Amino acid sequence: MEQYLVMNKLSFPILSATIFIPLAGACLLFFIKHERAVKVIALITGIINFLISLLLYAHFNPDTYLFQFGEYKPWIPGHSIYYALGIDGITLFLILLTTLLAPLCVLCSWTAIAQRVKEFMFCILLMESAMIGVFCSLDFILFYIFWEAMLIPMYLLIAIWGGPQKDYASIKFFIYTLSGSVFLLVAIIAVYLTTGSFSIPNAMYRGYGFTFEYWVFLAFAIAFAIKVPMFPFHTWLPAAHTEAPTAGSVFLASVLLKMGSYGFLRFCLPITPKASLFFAPYIIVLSLIAIIYGGFVCLRQTDMKRLIAFSSVAHMGFVTLGIFTFTLFGFQGALLQMLNHGITTGALFLCVGIIYERTHSREIFDNSGLGKIMPVYMGFFGFFSLSAFAFPGTNNFVGELYVLIGTFSSNKIAGFFAIVGALVAAAYMLLLLKRIAWGRDDTRSIKDMNVREIIYLLPLVVFVLWVGLFPKPFVHTITKTLEHLVTEMQRFM
Amino acid sequence: MHSETIRPLIPVVIVLITSILILVSRKRENVREFWSVAGSILTFFSVASMVPSVMNGHTLVYTLSTIAPGINLNFRVDALSLIFGIISSLLWIFATFYNIGYMRSLNEHAQTRYYTCFAIAILGAQGVSFSGSLFSLYLFYEIITIFTYPLVAHHQDEEAYAGGKKYIIYLMGTSKGFLLPAVILTYVFTGNLDFADGIRDGVFIRGGDNIWIVVTYILFIGGFAKAAIMPLHNWLPSAMVAPTPVSALLHAVAVVKAGVFCISRVMLSTFGIEMLHRLNLGIYTAYFVSFTILTASIIALTKDDLKARLAYSTVSQLSYIVLGVALLDPAGVLGGVIHIVNHGFSKITLFFCAGAIYVATHKKKISDMEGIGYAMPFTMGAFAIASLSMIGAPPVAGFISKWYLLNGALGIHNTTIVVILMISTILNAGYFAPITFKAFFQGATGGWSKDKIKEAPLTMVVPIVVASLISVVIGIFPQFFVGLIGRLLP
Repeated sequence: MEQYLVMNKLSFPILSATIFIPLAGACLLFFIKHERAVKVIALITGIINFLISLLLYAHFNPDTYLFQFGEYKPWIPGHSIYYALGIDGITLFLILLTTLLAPLCVLCSWTAIAQRVKEFMFCILLMESAMIGVFCSLDFILFYIFWEAMLIPMYLLIAIWGGPQKDYASIKFFIYTLSGSVFLLVAIIAVYLTTGSFSIPNAMYRGYGFTFEYWVFLAFAIAFAIKVPMFPFHTWLPAAHTEAPTAGSVFLASVLLKMGSYGFLRFCLPITPKASLFFAPYIIVLSLIAIIYGGFVCLRQTDMKRLIAFSSVAHMGFVTLGIFTFTLFGFQGALLQMLNHGITTGALFLCVGIIYERTHSREIFDNSGLGKIMPVYMGFFGFFSLSAFAFPGTNNFVGELYVLIGTFSSNKIAGFFAIVGALVAAAYMLLLLKRIAWGRDDTRSIKDMNVREIIYLLPLVVFVLWVGLFPKPFVHTITKTLEHLVTEMQRFM
Repeated sequence: MHSETIRPLIPVVIVLITSILILVSRKRENVREFWSVAGSILTFFSVASMVPSVMNGHTLVYTLSTIAPGINLNFRVDALSLIFGIISSLLWIFATFYNIGYMRSLNEHAQTRYYTCFAIAILGAQGVSFSGSLFSLYLFYEIITIFTYPLVAHHQDEEAYAGGKKYIIYLMGTSKGFLLPAVILTYVFTGNLDFADGIRDGVFIRGGDNIWIVVTYILFIGGFAKAAIMPLHNWLPSAMVAPTPVSALLHAVAVVKAGVFCISRVMLSTFGIEMLHRLNLGIYTAYFVSFTILTASIIALTKDDLKARLAYSTVSQLSYIVLGVALLDPAGVLGGVIHIVNHGFSKITLFFCAGAIYVATHKKKISDMEGIGYAMPFTMGAFAIASLSMIGAPPVAGFISKWYLLNGALGIHNTTIVVILMISTILNAGYFAPITFKAFFQGATGGWSKDKIKEAPLTMVVPIVVASLISVVIGIFPQFFVGLIGRLLP
């Protein structure tokens, strides 16, 4: 195991810290009585964790594909289960994304959540811990524990603080994800029985037999396809996204969906490369269906949140498309798209949350004609809408461009189909934008955004432009890891 | 010779700051309009200051950021960029004064949004002209599309929404559907999106088989729907629902010129004359746009609405520019590119006149304009000069374009093109001359004075007269622009 790790050289175990600080903060909340203090502590915990995670970026070495900041201790020695942590180019930014969004989620729930504030903040922090844990784990058992641990707070977020149909949505979310997890567990056990170890890096690129890879791939792929979600496993997503409270939707869209595509990159490709190549055409077709079908469904939505939820299906289609082109551009694009989708869709959900707090409706019609009433809000909403349909100069364009270059260089027909999806994306986002800004003459007195709301959207604006115009630091950091993946995959082509 | 300097970025930054200042001063109208005026003048001078270096054979380049290997967000100033950069910044000054007169006379709503979007559209135009790669070009091209939409749909009524919808569907549809894959294919074949240095070689020398190069070329031509080549021209007449200064901006300054500029840029700097020759694409493009030249002129003849007639005239005239470049002959390229300038000045005059007539009389139809020349002599005088330019009569600017275009067609010994140019000239005269005739020689001379019709406000009339006079000046002294474009030719 040690040969895959660059051990942590900082004076403290930084990965453990980022995982467990939110958990500690969550436990601290039990002893606090005042609601305001609860919120403040949750916010401070989130901010501290974000600042610590910035150290990861500062000390990350982009010139190696090995797992960095490694921590490696025996946990259950009898069964070769280890407490193994480490991050590489794939996970670094996903962790930063999570730690950035957590305090924003606390901020956006400041007034929107009025009941059971303590429990709500507890769930948010618990989610943060579990999500970072998933990205850091290099041991299957540890990974699986964090993976399952995400499920419960998310379920609670939807089931307790959700919208009118929260029962339906939360149960559907739970059943879907849990059944995916079962397949995941099967695959993990199969790999363990073959390799005799729960180490994730140890299971990669070992050249198993094709039949073994075939079935293990399928088990992994079903689990991850539900999470992404890929067509036709996407039906839990609109319900869950729509009914969840704003913070829940942001976590769902921005981080939870990435678990699926992360799984493809971390497990399917390296552990079952031959099967990945074998199944690539099918996955590409499913991705294209998701891109185009997701787009067309968006065109007919009347609910803002549902529309953004379905747009996630299309966006994540680009991610899986990029992964299964097996080109460097495709991988880079997929990873960038994962971050970009996290930022942009998160921002759009925050925007919907802002308007929902004022009009208590998510219907496009009820919220149309805001251009005159809320000009600042329209500025932000317009900006993120442009980003959502990959307007050049924004983050999504760079990601989409990378994915499309990867796709066109491996299969031009698939490329042209993806272009259709990009076209539909522009159509539904612009239609939404026009309706919200100019839908009707409205003279209601609705307050424009306040300072707190502007504060939590501004970091996302910065990120959109940063990746959109100066993506080099991001691309540079992830490239070595992905180059290694491409080289290893080419051995099996 | 390449000089790495930040100067190509300066005009873009000035316009960006201007648009932010406009937005910030939304409560104080006079301050807001001051920023427009100051911004436009500063932009023009920052562009003009680069002329001497280019005349001395320098190409100014600046790379802002690298997106991927071979994909740069970079800027580049050469003769071709300066042509478009100069006229779009210079005409912005005219348009700004005219805007103030027009918007205040008609007491239009949402003026801050209007001025901001106007400025950002110019930002797009400046960016397009100084783009150093297809990536930058695409970025600024799309900025123009998005930020002109609120201008087209400015009135926010049913008609405006319908026009705006068509506008955005045509422009966004083609740029996402055709232009984006064309850009990506270029990268996939050549590994590079920067423009080539000369106009001979292009970048496709590095790779790509012929079929795919042709496909990419067709996607490019279809992708730049702003050039309004048939059958992708229909957005332009529909966009006439916009306030008149916007129409002027669309037709003469930012939008359509961005389209033809981009086509010229891609033909010359991405494909290169050699490649177009080798695949025979030049002459087919010329024939293809000839159809637009003739058909649009014929449609223009049938229009009684002044702006609609001008719109179809634009469709026809734009194709002259593409035609000239497609001849791939020095004289042809010169004639095409210089028409960006000549058409710019003349067409903005014509639209400004249409707007002035509307402000003064609320009339839109040509048939209602009998004798109007007596009530509005300056406006209609300028209109007469500018329409002479459109027809291509000496000594007005349009003559210079026609002269070089004909030279180019004769240079490659293609009589078909010569005949097309001649027929088109007759058609041009056919739809422009009657307007001037009606204004000055038909109807009762005193008919309008009874209604107390006077010229539009001075902020409108002065830009009209000056723009038309410039058409005459560059018709008589074309050396500056001819010399500048000469730098482009091998």
